Amino acid sequence: MSSLKSDISNYKELLSQYLESRDEAVLYQAEQFSKQTIQQNISPDEIVNEHYQALQELIPNMDETVKDSFQFLIETMISYGLAYQEHQVLREKQIELRSEIGVAANMQETLLKTQIPDYTTIDIGVKSVPAKEMNGDYHHFIRDTQGNLGVAVADVIGKGIPAAFCMSMIKFALESFSDNQIYPEWVLDSLNRVVFRNLEEGMFVTMFYGLYDIYTHQFYYSSAGHEPCFVYRSDSDEFEKIDAKGLLLGVENDVIYEQRQTTITKGDYIVLLTDGVTECRMGDRFLKQQEVLDVIKLYADLPSSDIAENVFKHFERLQDFDLRDDITIIVIKRNE
Amino acid sequence: MEKTLSSVIIKKEWDIVGARQAGRKIAIDLGFGSVDQARITTAISELARNIYLYAKHGEITFEKVYGVRKVGIKIIASDRGPGIREISSVMKDGYSTSGGLGAGLPGVKRLMDEFDIQSDDHGTKVTVIKWARQ
Repeated sequence: MSSLKSDISNYKELLSQYLESRDEAVLYQAEQFSKQTIQQNISPDEIVNEHYQALQELIPNMDETVKDSFQFLIETMISYGLAYQEHQVLREKQIELRSEIGVAANMQETLLKTQIPDYTTIDIGVKSVPAKEMNGDYHHFIRDTQGNLGVAVADVIGKGIPAAFCMSMIKFALESFSDNQIYPEWVLDSLNRVVFRNLEEGMFVTMFYGLYDIYTHQFYYSSAGHEPCFVYRSDSDEFEKIDAKGLLLGVENDVIYEQRQTTITKGDYIVLLTDGVTECRMGDRFLKQQEVLDVIKLYADLPSSDIAENVFKHFERLQDFDLRDDITIIVIKRNE
Repeated sequence: MEKTLSSVIIKKEWDIVGARQAGRKIAIDLGFGSVDQARITTAISELARNIYLYAKHGEITFEKVYGVRKVGIKIIASDRGPGIREISSVMKDGYSTSGGLGAGLPGVKRLMDEFDIQSDDHGTKVTVIKWARQ
């Protein structure tokens, strides 16, 4: 209150200076004054009242009609004052919420962390970036006892915090499967039951699951309604689409997931994506699949992690650095 | 010591103006300045509008209250409407203003010095006090 009092005299002082000099410098001071009052949470109705009080002192014989008009103006400003105060409170709350979400996002990162296994024969690169703070995409690597690589990429329909919860469940389900359940059709079948039993209606997950046999270089894969993925064939310099039939996780209890396989030869690489990449918008149109692949091909000679990184950067820039959807890119390259 | 000064029945929108008038008169008598007068009348409007919109029928009562070396206006808004089921949610910021309905009860609370609300199936009673600085 005392600071407000000192401001009132300050306001009167500034106003009288201005009425005498009409000086721009005083107007500048008025601007500074308003910033100060905002910092002190002084609402607009109080400023109007300050003006009225100051005028009464500066112009002792002020017309009654003018005085009454100030009563009218103050009355009009009261609701603005309230809206202003409410805005302040909501802003503080927003900061609080944001920091809470920040903590949750960190926790999600820790919970969902997956180690990229180290191989000499294949080179793995990943880039996964959430559009908002919480990531609705998920990827996971498992190395079985024989050393084969299991890889999952998933996308929850829906974003933010509910999606993040759902992902934790999927991760722990994936990790609970034993080593003799490593084939994609098995994994998706088991996961589907878990998701179906535990997830609310209207929440679905798409997943592409692959098993890379590190000895024979066979890649087995199944898909639960996920985006098609791709294999780059070095001999033809073309991409081959890999996709398999299967319903999204959590829709029905009994689903048969088709499992397919393909041979990865030296110089080939597998690209697993989420729809944040393939449904990337450019202005008002979606990117064509071929355009996406052309971009990926640009970086084909780089190590996997650089391919993923560069492809991400490319699409980030295309979307003006404002991602509309979570983006995940996984590249698995056969070296030798 | 409390003294009922007047009360205004709220049945139609026009009655809100009557309640404002009655409240302003008391506020002037008690020596409230321009801004406080405007705050008190805005709070009265808000309370009366709530009665008019949600309970259809109710009453605003004005009392003069005395504290230690201070005097104030007490406004009681009571109705026999359906009541407010979750008071804590209507007391949250952003509940009513976001829909452009006005300051809402949190606004009334800000405008006044003291605020109390009781509500059940048989109606709602909001009691507020504004102290005049003496």
